[in-house]
Amino acid sequence: MISAEKIPNNVDLHMNKRLQRALEHWQPAYIQWWKDMGPQGFQHYHQVYVRTAISVDSAGWAHFEYVKLPEYRWGIFLADPVVNRTIGFGDFYGQPVWQEVPGEFRNQLRRLIVTQGDTEPASVEQQRWLGHRCPSLYDLRNLFQVNVEEGRHLWAMVYLLHSYFGRDGRDEAEDLLARQSGNRDKPRILDAFNEPIDTWLDFFMFTMFTDRDGKSQLLSLSESSLDPLSRTTRFMLTEEAHHMFVGETGITRIVKRTAELMRSEEIGFSGDVRKLGGIDLDMIQRHINLWFSLSLDLHGNEISTNAAAYFSNGLKGRAEEDKWSEHRVIEDIYKLEAVENGEVKKIDVPMRNAMNEVLRDWYVDDCLGGIGRWNKVLEDHGLSDRLKLPDRKFNRGIGQYADVHFTPDGSYLTKEEWARRKHEWLPTPADKIYLLSIMNTPIYEPGKFANYIAPPTRGVKGRPIDFEYVRTEM
Amino acid sequence: MATAVSKIGPLSFETDPGKYRHWKLTFDGPVATLGMDVQEDGGLSPDYKLKLNSYDLGVDIELNDALQRIRFEHPETHTVVITSLRERIFCAGANIFMLRGSTHAWKVNFCKFTNETRCSMEDSSAHSGIKFLAALNGICAGGGYELALACDEIVLVDDSNSAVSLPETALLAVLPGTGGLTRVVDKRKVRRDLADIFGTLAEGVKGKRAVEWRLVDAVYPLSKFKDAVKERALKMAQSSDRPTSGPGVTLTPLNAQVAESGSVEYSSVSLTVDRAKRTATIIVRAPQAAVESSVDAIMAAGAEFWPLRVFRELEDVILRLRTNEPEVGTVVLKAEGDPALVMQADEVLLANKDHWFVRETIHFIKRTLKRVDLTARSFFAIIEPGNAFAGTLFELALAADRSYMLNDDDQANRIQLSPVNAGLYPMSNDITRLQARFYGEPAKVGEVLAHDGAFDPTEADEAGLVTSAPDSIDWDDEVRMAIETRATLSPDALTGMEANLRFVGPETMETRIFGRLTAWQNWIFQRPNAVGPKGALTSYGTSDRAEFDFGRT
Repeated sequence: MISAEKIPNNVDLHMNKRLQRALEHWQPAYIQWWKDMGPQGFQHYHQVYVRTAISVDSAGWAHFEYVKLPEYRWGIFLADPVVNRTIGFGDFYGQPVWQEVPGEFRNQLRRLIVTQGDTEPASVEQQRWLGHRCPSLYDLRNLFQVNVEEGRHLWAMVYLLHSYFGRDGRDEAEDLLARQSGNRDKPRILDAFNEPIDTWLDFFMFTMFTDRDGKSQLLSLSESSLDPLSRTTRFMLTEEAHHMFVGETGITRIVKRTAELMRSEEIGFSGDVRKLGGIDLDMIQRHINLWFSLSLDLHGNEISTNAAAYFSNGLKGRAEEDKWSEHRVIEDIYKLEAVENGEVKKIDVPMRNAMNEVLRDWYVDDCLGGIGRWNKVLEDHGLSDRLKLPDRKFNRGIGQYADVHFTPDGSYLTKEEWARRKHEWLPTPADKIYLLSIMNTPIYEPGKFANYIAPPTRGVKGRPIDFEYVRTEM
Repeated sequence: MATAVSKIGPLSFETDPGKYRHWKLTFDGPVATLGMDVQEDGGLSPDYKLKLNSYDLGVDIELNDALQRIRFEHPETHTVVITSLRERIFCAGANIFMLRGSTHAWKVNFCKFTNETRCSMEDSSAHSGIKFLAALNGICAGGGYELALACDEIVLVDDSNSAVSLPETALLAVLPGTGGLTRVVDKRKVRRDLADIFGTLAEGVKGKRAVEWRLVDAVYPLSKFKDAVKERALKMAQSSDRPTSGPGVTLTPLNAQVAESGSVEYSSVSLTVDRAKRTATIIVRAPQAAVESSVDAIMAAGAEFWPLRVFRELEDVILRLRTNEPEVGTVVLKAEGDPALVMQADEVLLANKDHWFVRETIHFIKRTLKRVDLTARSFFAIIEPGNAFAGTLFELALAADRSYMLNDDDQANRIQLSPVNAGLYPMSNDITRLQARFYGEPAKVGEVLAHDGAFDPTEADEAGLVTSAPDSIDWDDEVRMAIETRATLSPDALTGMEANLRFVGPETMETRIFGRLTAWQNWIFQRPNAVGPKGALTSYGTSDRAEFDFGRT
């Protein structure tokens, strides 16, 4: 039942009795979960043109075919081992990496893997109704590609749990399928993954900003002293890049369409693109503000004992650790912006305790590139409007800015001012109603696109834009 | 080591619901709900933040107050639900940064007080008709689970995330010292090998396995949790013999007058502190007139009812002494006033012992006397002419490590027993102080109780009810020498010696908590593996790694 043919892998599954036994129970449960909680309405009769990873070399990676979603071949892949790899940071710097989980860190590692793993199926669940509002077949395919790969990322984490964490790991793997996004009784671990994503603007923002948090986390885990975790996450990063591509280009195409509509003679100088069914820049900005701030929260508390322990123990490093000059980080100090009585001032924090903030710095930088490309579209259309990232203190629910309020520019606000003005900066119920109204009718005709979004510059894997990326069964 | 304590200043243990910062107490018919919502910035010291419903002594002082008020002010309460007002977190236990910043003495007294509070919950359940239900609506770790263990039943939300845990050993290299280890095996009867796993598993046990291991009684999904808690609470309430409605007795403020010197004055209790000599004197005064004897009059007297008032004051003074006067090692106990009035009060207590309020008063006296037993100070009872060491107040002389009674032919000096000494106020080991005193001569207990009237010093000495009865020529010198010599001895050795000598005979869960668990914890609290520069408690939450000396004893 469990075979390499059904489950593409490079972990010698055919020889691994322990893994086979674990997967015999888990794999059917996973398929059931996918049917129950995966894309709704596209499980039985639709075939999707998706890529499936069948090996870690470039050829195996670029394998495209039509598949029915529940028949997707979710596989288990580790990036190739680095010969003589040594621990790159923390207290064990320079020692050989671990091929087995040290007893001392088993619980911490399990927690890290479970928390990471929990987000993968959660996002599939959050997005499961989006197919009914898709702006094109091209986008529908992208959604499903993202979904199946998030599913594979779950497999990647479950592989680690099954292989290295014994019976507890098997229990945790089961729980990853038992928790459900937004389920009151068994919610997903992180709050941000318990809200549905019901518009495509939110979906693109999610893949742009929240999946980028996934990238930060995966980058820092790929530094891990636990070599199987490092290799697993390194391979996941290649898939994650595509998700951010979907998000960034999705917003680029919306901005492009908005810019075109703004220049359209039909609306004259009012610039009110909603009259033509477009999404105005203010609304886009409000969504940037929301998703950026939510994703900042996912990086955790600015001052964190867990983060310090993860770093010292060599479990989770910094993104691109080898770009830093000092890897033990014993004496280093981080200058953190702290809030005291409404005043922002810099305080000194031991850098190990500020590792979440260090990762957040990397994340903010990484987001800026995308914003620049969106603004280039505006510039190219001769528009002076610009989109921007809000200040990182804006709209935070976790950490030291959680109980104080700031404008997107970073100016301090009283509680009353915040309550009065927050809808200027965050999506409103009216925004949601409007977005749903323009997305109500899905576009299933090849080559056609909803009015609020421009077509992509090219298709997938050399296929034309009007290719039938999702087809109903012949 | 840092001393968060030094910044706190003299502490008061008095509070009232209007002042609570961390708990919300609500009443609905026979069920009271204590909702925990710890204010992060509401710690006793600004050195730490009480994140994730973690607690310090200030939080527990409120809990203790609430528990007392439920007993006295709300006779209609038959079940208390203890839960959290925060989502997905019940309680993370004692605050680690508080522990790390505390002196050894502060840690010990903090644990002692929290232990006494939890034991008082079990006392309520066993004797007062108040059952406790821990409704764990989220993560429940360390002291949080220990609080749950003190309840009669524990229910946990089943969200595949919320677990109960005792992570002290794994994370901090200390013990779950608020009864945790003891109650897991002793009360919940978790098998010892499973308890061994549980006690070393930082993230704890959740869901079905928590039920299978008897760590909790039931798990419910969140959507059914509230209803299940309510149903269980109402069912637990049915067995109560408490009244179905009030009025209760309001615990009015004690109006302690605290002097700079550390001395404290109440209506019926005085504390005089002599810091230079490291001694203190507690004087307890008999009632001025006969106490109210009818139930109506007793209820009308309320918190002014002398037996309650004097022991509330005594409790407060003991708690203040423990916390605020760490160097005062010897405490002289005196009782003053008309012993006949104490005997009359005892008669009233016994005659009305089944009335809920009198019952509460009796158990309050019992618990306060236990606090004396558990106080790590040397107690000497000094019995002089004009003393009121009779009946209930004679328990104080019995609680003392030694008692000196002046034998002066020119002045009458007597002590007296009453039927209350036969069993109204058992110690933690569940025997009376007389039984403990005459552990080698059990027949004597009956003999002294059967004694007709008061004992003069010679009789008291012969009966073994006092340590020594010097005459007036030797008195001053002997008493002075006893106190001065005591003050020169090592406080650590004295604490250990007294704790060993005070509790003879049988073990109970309480003595195991205060003896075995606490003693080991206090040893561990001094060991470098926990509190040394590289100890786990020291390095927790910093970027340093704990380093252990792996030598076993």
